[in-house]
Amino acid sequence: MSAKRKKSPVFDLILIGGLLLLALVCYLLFAGGKSEGNVAVVCVNGVETDRYPLVQNGRYPLNGGSNILIIENGYAWLEDADCPDKLCVRQGKVHLDGQVITCLPNKLTVTICADNSEVELIS
Amino acid sequence: MKTKKIAVLALAIALAMILSFVESQIPAFVAIPGVKIGLANIAVVFVLYKLGWKEAVLISLVRVVMVSMLFGTLVSLFYSVAGAVLSLTGMVLLKKTGLFSTVAVSVTGGVLHNVGQILMACLLLETNVIVYYLPFLILSGVIAGVVIGVVAAIMVNRVQVEY
Repeated sequence: MSAKRKKSPVFDLILIGGLLLLALVCYLLFAGGKSEGNVAVVCVNGVETDRYPLVQNGRYPLNGGSNILIIENGYAWLEDADCPDKLCVRQGKVHLDGQVITCLPNKLTVTICADNSEVELIS
Repeated sequence: MKTKKIAVLALAIALAMILSFVESQIPAFVAIPGVKIGLANIAVVFVLYKLGWKEAVLISLVRVVMVSMLFGTLVSLFYSVAGAVLSLTGMVLLKKTGLFSTVAVSVTGGVLHNVGQILMACLLLETNVIVYYLPFLILSGVIAGVVIGVVAAIMVNRVQVEY
């Protein structure tokens, strides 16, 4: 049943090494975090619902209260969520341009952007 | 289909479902959506090597549907199907080349499972910001895939079944 061609650990190493390299490239491309952001953009279902400047401290219920966003001293984080896994809460504090907090169960993302004017969401 | 094969497939599905349940009880240890250990992939890789790709597709899809009905939601079914389809496609193709070990096949499965889930999340949330997580998902897929692959390889070698 199994193919009778030569297996070699070399192919395995190339494959796994390639994947790790891909991860590194993606990290460099997408990671963000190169400069300070100044606004937290909230999207629900891919549609922007709110944006909050990071200079202004506050506590904002998002998406009808499903997630609670806190902004304090230039940092944004989700304090609470009604989903079971609370992964969004554990993603911690963000403040750099391009950083994202995602809550998949509530289909909600908080993206830090570097401009308060008309900006596109940074991928 | 021989009776013995039916029995082995049923056993593999049961194993996959139990492993899925066990995994659902383990709290997430990294705060990144989509990161999974993929314990159930042990059963899928095992069947892929012992019985063949059609059987692996069968038990994988049955597992995904049944696990989503038992422990998940309709939304989690979408994520699981996307992950399972992509992961299986990759593993089957890679195994067909005959060049890679069980571990490498499992690593590919792990990575593609995570990638499939994130692609589905991008579709459902209509956003591309989630690709932000891609590097972490690839890395965790590689690590989990190595562990799962080693376990599956041991199983493939030790369990001797004749068909």
